[in-house]
Amino acid sequence: MKGSDVTVSGISKSFGAFKALKGVSLEIQKGEFFSLLGPSGCGKTTLLRVIAGFEEPDSGIVGIDGRDVSGLPPDKRRCNTVFQSYALFPHLTVFENVAFPLRLRRLPNRLVRELVVKHLSLVQLEAHADKKPSMLSGGQKQRVAIARALINEPSVLLLDEPLSALDAKLRQRMLVELDAIHDKVGITFIYVTHDQQEALSVSDRIAVMDQGNVLQIGSPQQIYENPASDFVARFIGETNLFMGMVISREGGFATVEAPGLGEILVEANGEAPIGARVSVAVRPEKIRIGTDSPGPHEELNVFRGLVEEPIYSGFQTKYLIHLPGGGAVTVFRQHANWSEGVPDIRWKDEVFLSWSARDSVVVESDARIVSSAAPAK
Amino acid sequence: MKRNYGRAYAAPEALWLTVFFAAPLAIIVVYSFCKRDLYGGVLPLFSLDAYRSLANPTLIAVAWRTLWVSFIATVITILIALPCGYSIARSGNQAMRLFLIIVPFWTNFIIRVYAWIAILGNEGFVNDVLRALGLTTDSVQFLYNQGAVILVLVYMYLPYAILPLFSTIDKFDFNLLEAARDLGATRMQALRKVLIPNIRGGIVTAVLFTFIPIFGAYAVPLLVGGKDSYMLGNVIADQVTKTRNWPLASSISMGVTVLTGIAAILYAVVSRRSSHPVVEESGIGPVSATAGIPSGGQA
Repeated sequence: MKGSDVTVSGISKSFGAFKALKGVSLEIQKGEFFSLLGPSGCGKTTLLRVIAGFEEPDSGIVGIDGRDVSGLPPDKRRCNTVFQSYALFPHLTVFENVAFPLRLRRLPNRLVRELVVKHLSLVQLEAHADKKPSMLSGGQKQRVAIARALINEPSVLLLDEPLSALDAKLRQRMLVELDAIHDKVGITFIYVTHDQQEALSVSDRIAVMDQGNVLQIGSPQQIYENPASDFVARFIGETNLFMGMVISREGGFATVEAPGLGEILVEANGEAPIGARVSVAVRPEKIRIGTDSPGPHEELNVFRGLVEEPIYSGFQTKYLIHLPGGGAVTVFRQHANWSEGVPDIRWKDEVFLSWSARDSVVVESDARIVSSAAPAK
Repeated sequence: MKRNYGRAYAAPEALWLTVFFAAPLAIIVVYSFCKRDLYGGVLPLFSLDAYRSLANPTLIAVAWRTLWVSFIATVITILIALPCGYSIARSGNQAMRLFLIIVPFWTNFIIRVYAWIAILGNEGFVNDVLRALGLTTDSVQFLYNQGAVILVLVYMYLPYAILPLFSTIDKFDFNLLEAARDLGATRMQALRKVLIPNIRGGIVTAVLFTFIPIFGAYAVPLLVGGKDSYMLGNVIADQVTKTRNWPLASSISMGVTVLTGIAAILYAVVSRRSSHPVVEESGIGPVSATAGIPSGGQA
């Protein structure tokens, strides 16, 4: 495996009174596509800049391949950065932008040409070598930035929200391309983004960050299906969060009494003792919606409610269901078999909601999140 | 159809240029081809005498010295102005710092030259300090030599270099320096290979704004210079006021104008060309120019 492993341990960084990073530790493996995901101001870019060497942390150590690189300037680290603003040199052509690191190393012209052509073809820009950056589209600029960052053959590529300036369609395409480039060059990618879709679709692992802390590290599936806290559950995808108290436990299951909803059966492994206040997260697509009762089933949560807001969006409809107790549940229904005459569910219809206890997860209740989110409900 | 008033709007500038630039220049051109009158003024007779007198070895020596002094003073000015402009552009309180750059302009040019005499003169501030410290008993002769002329010229024209440099550096995207560092450049390499090429326009303006007025300097060498620092401006003034050879004064002026004009054009062309790296054997063709050439003002 090419690439380096990157170890970040106990990194703290403050800007004046603002604590950007509060003792962050991470271990990123060789060749991994690792994402730092979080809302703006969560510290993800600061962490990337610390790894690149642009910011000196107040405390903590950055190690690349087990070697402590703290204190080394950016030009002495085997990592290169793709900047959010691309940071292409406006006075140089595409060719010379990509050749810049090689010119610094005074490589012979023939070798420079060979390497630049190779890397320009990696990002499919051979035809644009003579152009100035100002003549390129956003996506093309992004590719130049990637080629330039790769030409030194770094062992770690740092990407700082590289797609945020592109439109949605192009972002999708570039994402696929980035993934392909990662497969081709095989080095470690550390990818900073605030877009959970981006992170979920390309990462091997994701670290979710908020307010200078890492909240959870895991594969996209782990992060999505098993969020560690209600912040993570809310931030990644849409979710239903029910606050409540554990009233009974039986086997691997717990029953949570949630105000406005009723009793919810959830899968729980020890972390929810009776009397504990917890949040229960249920993904909207895990909930079945129908006009007929699903029938009794041991592990099934069943609720009745009234359709308040059906929002049709082609491949699916999003329903907001109001329950008699005052609670509300969001449900997605895929339109996989529309033609087979599935009964249409309309505004003000009475419906049954059901989901398996195994699809509801107890998440750590973060008091801050709870208090800030409560008035919105 | 809509009428285009573009030209009409430019009329005030055209008038201004005609009255204050074209007309005086025309008078100088005409005078330079006239015969001298005995006590100043010219006789309306065509003559090339004034231009023949330019071949005078003393005059040529002064011309070389003027070029040399202007060159050195410009280089020093730019070398000081670059870090100044950079630090102002990156500082938190640009307005305050720019204000401080402008403050000296509130004092008359000549007064500021005299201020230097008060500082560096035999009975001046620096000598007082040196004597008080017991480092010297006599006065040190700081003034009335080429060094003093260059020092005061640099001081006088520094703001004219700092302001255009500041305004281009201010527009520079400092992320580019980080990108350069990231790609393996040292701090100095990043400045040299990324900052300097991208602020070329500002450097060209700053060089022209200092070199051209310094080349025509008159008051500074007169007040703080000595025998070794007599410049073309002083020769012209002497020809007008003492020797009263107006055609010669005019022909020297023409020489100064032509020389500075050629220097400015050459410099602008060269710096425009060198802003594009030549890529050998790669089939990468030449590209469009970027460096905006500012119009140099004649002071």
